[in-house]
Amino acid sequence: MLVQYIPVFLVIAVAIVFAVATVFSSEIFGPKRPTQAKLSTYESGMKPVGTTHERMSVKYYLVAMFFIIFDLEVIFIYPWAVQFKKLYIENGISVFVSMVIFLVVLELGYLYAYKKGGFKWD
Amino acid sequence: MNILQIIIFTIVKILIVVTIILLAVTYLVYFERKISAWAQNRIGPNRVGWHGALQSFADVLKLLLKEDIVPDAANKPIHTLAPIIALFVSFTTYAVIPFGPNINVFGFSVPLVVADVNIGILYVLALTSLGVYAITLAGWSSGSKYSLLGGIRSSAQMISYEISMGFSIGGVLLLSQSLRPVEIVQAQSGWMWNAILQPVGFITFLVSAFAETNRLPFDLPEAEPELVGGYHTEYSSMKFAGFFLAEYANMFIASALIVTLYLGGWQFPYLDHFGLSNGWFAVISVITFAIKVAALLFFFIWVRWSIPRFRYDQLMNLGWKVMFPLSLLNIIWVAVLIMVFKL
Repeated sequence: MLVQYIPVFLVIAVAIVFAVATVFSSEIFGPKRPTQAKLSTYESGMKPVGTTHERMSVKYYLVAMFFIIFDLEVIFIYPWAVQFKKLYIENGISVFVSMVIFLVVLELGYLYAYKKGGFKWD
Repeated sequence: MNILQIIIFTIVKILIVVTIILLAVTYLVYFERKISAWAQNRIGPNRVGWHGALQSFADVLKLLLKEDIVPDAANKPIHTLAPIIALFVSFTTYAVIPFGPNINVFGFSVPLVVADVNIGILYVLALTSLGVYAITLAGWSSGSKYSLLGGIRSSAQMISYEISMGFSIGGVLLLSQSLRPVEIVQAQSGWMWNAILQPVGFITFLVSAFAETNRLPFDLPEAEPELVGGYHTEYSSMKFAGFFLAEYANMFIASALIVTLYLGGWQFPYLDHFGLSNGWFAVISVITFAIKVAALLFFFIWVRWSIPRFRYDQLMNLGWKVMFPLSLLNIIWVAVLIMVFKL
């Protein structure tokens, strides 16, 4: 059974070699003549102002949290989806109804977040 | 087949597919420039080679001989790691995408897919999630405000659309009953394409694929008029080429994935009724796959030059308030389809 994963490891090995070789090739072929102007941060020709690592909008953290919540539901649905036809033939409509109940609960949480303005972006 | 034979066949397949992807990407850049020129009533590249056909090779050579500048404000190890991750992701995802039926080589039945694994779709999802890291780390480590804004925007955009992408795939799995891409293709024989059976899922997946590959109308991470180059503002020479290559390779892979999941993969409808020999069957199947992918790639470029860029709040609204509920409804639609029509 593990034999089918040999190609995956080979692909990963080739990809790592290819990526590293590409990125470091210009270190070998390119010139090295650094000057102060080249090494400064690009800010449309102005002198850089302030630092970069400041606080950012909390909206982005909210999006990350929603992602974690809903991505888990995605993975939860996959096993059900793969087995659905077989389970439906064996057990009838209850297989469908139980997933609909789950999705309704999920949607309630979604609607709550919607009402609270979690998805509002302004 | 014993392990040594598997390794030899796999290496040959990897070399062929990587060469095809590299060539396809080079010409994709060329065609993008030619089509954009055509759309804007210009001529486009026409100096290097016949009608400019070697322009992309000249560009790569130029980037190879350029100085690799790492700004002082950058975090050097992560700044170098980011393009490596981007390239790694786009050159591993193709592994599970089947591009033809089994063929006979020296008496062995070889499937035309690099890695025929039973978790194929999960593999693709895992790697596309990894792709977010490349852009986020590139934006964060550059030490430039443009890069940081581009990187954060991009990660928020990509994770938002990954949800609807995941739910859309759920509809495909209901019909194929397998996570193995080869079986997903086989489940769409004849005209039973998923794009026809579940058009809503097809559209949500297509839109998510545009957002995942950072293509216009969703190219906010590198919106030139406001963010210069977005997350790759501070990248030069082959590191920049790495991002560029990865972006176009992702476009190619996204098209191949859409074809596999929704447009019947390499299958030409009812080809097995024509009584062709095994060899011709394989040849026509591979050509069918190539034509489907090429048509989708043209669609990608066509959309880019036809539709203006979204505003960021519109983008997030579309992702969370339209695509997410639609992709959930699609799952219920497919389940009902299975129960009513016994598909």
